[in-house]
Amino acid sequence: MKARVHVMLKDGVLDPQGEAVRHALGSLGFLGVEAVRQGKVIELELSATDEAAAEVEVRAMCEKLLANTVIEKYTIEIG
Amino acid sequence: MKAAVLTFPGSNCDRDLAVAFERAGFEVARVWHKEPELPAGTDIVGVPGGFSYGDYLRCGAIAAQSPVAAAVRAFAEKGGHVLGICNGFQVLTEMGLLPGALMRNASLKFVCKPVDLRIATSDSPYTNEWAVGDVARIPVAHHDGNYTIDAEGLARLQGEDRIAFTYLDTPNGAMADIAGILSPNRRVLGMMPHPERAVDPAQGGTDGSALFRSILGAMAAA
Repeated sequence: MKARVHVMLKDGVLDPQGEAVRHALGSLGFLGVEAVRQGKVIELELSATDEAAAEVEVRAMCEKLLANTVIEKYTIEIG
Repeated sequence: MKAAVLTFPGSNCDRDLAVAFERAGFEVARVWHKEPELPAGTDIVGVPGGFSYGDYLRCGAIAAQSPVAAAVRAFAEKGGHVLGICNGFQVLTEMGLLPGALMRNASLKFVCKPVDLRIATSDSPYTNEWAVGDVARIPVAHHDGNYTIDAEGLARLQGEDRIAFTYLDTPNGAMADIAGILSPNRRVLGMMPHPERAVDPAQGGTDGSALFRSILGAMAAA
């Protein structure tokens, strides 16, 4: 089973890299980009067969390692 | 007094930190990241700067899960002293021994230069040789030193006098100009600047020596 974790900075946290990307897009002539937020995607290949159990497990992985919940939020897609 | 200086794959300030402790009069043990225990009789742990585990995932995140990190956590929970510098500060926040997080510098650039630090509290084992308001010139060298914490956490740090150092001219966007913070029991210090790079005139200054002298003095008095 595959799981995909999206990690993003929390809404209130300034994202200097996203802001730099926004500026770069503007200088390339892409006008009207009002905000850019940058995150990461982590794909996991799991041996689990039960979706609900896998989600519980991946949530624990996010809390312990994959995300820094002080500044980041995450979402999980299973399957 | 015994200092244990950790080495992770990618640490690069471990030797300098060991030398700084030795110069101040500590006996130093070097500890590899796979060690599940600290040497018997350790008085303080030094978590050095560098790029542990290549900064994979997030700076300090993998080191925070290493065998030696579990030993450091147990040591700190029993009231042990821990000094984390630069990547070491990132490791300590990732371990949850210190609050907040260190984000990419606001400029997005690696900064490597001497900076002036204001001593924000002298009430700690690390800063008792200084007076509040003293200025120390100590180098920074980091890409992710932009200290961030929520408003409640910041108010708590301020209310409990746990901000150890602030920048006079912040090089990285850090909230409230924070360069270093203390744990609630004041025995764990995390700081981005490198005091171990300012202990010999050949390094361009010796302002960092006071930090190591402070620790030794505090421990000798305890």
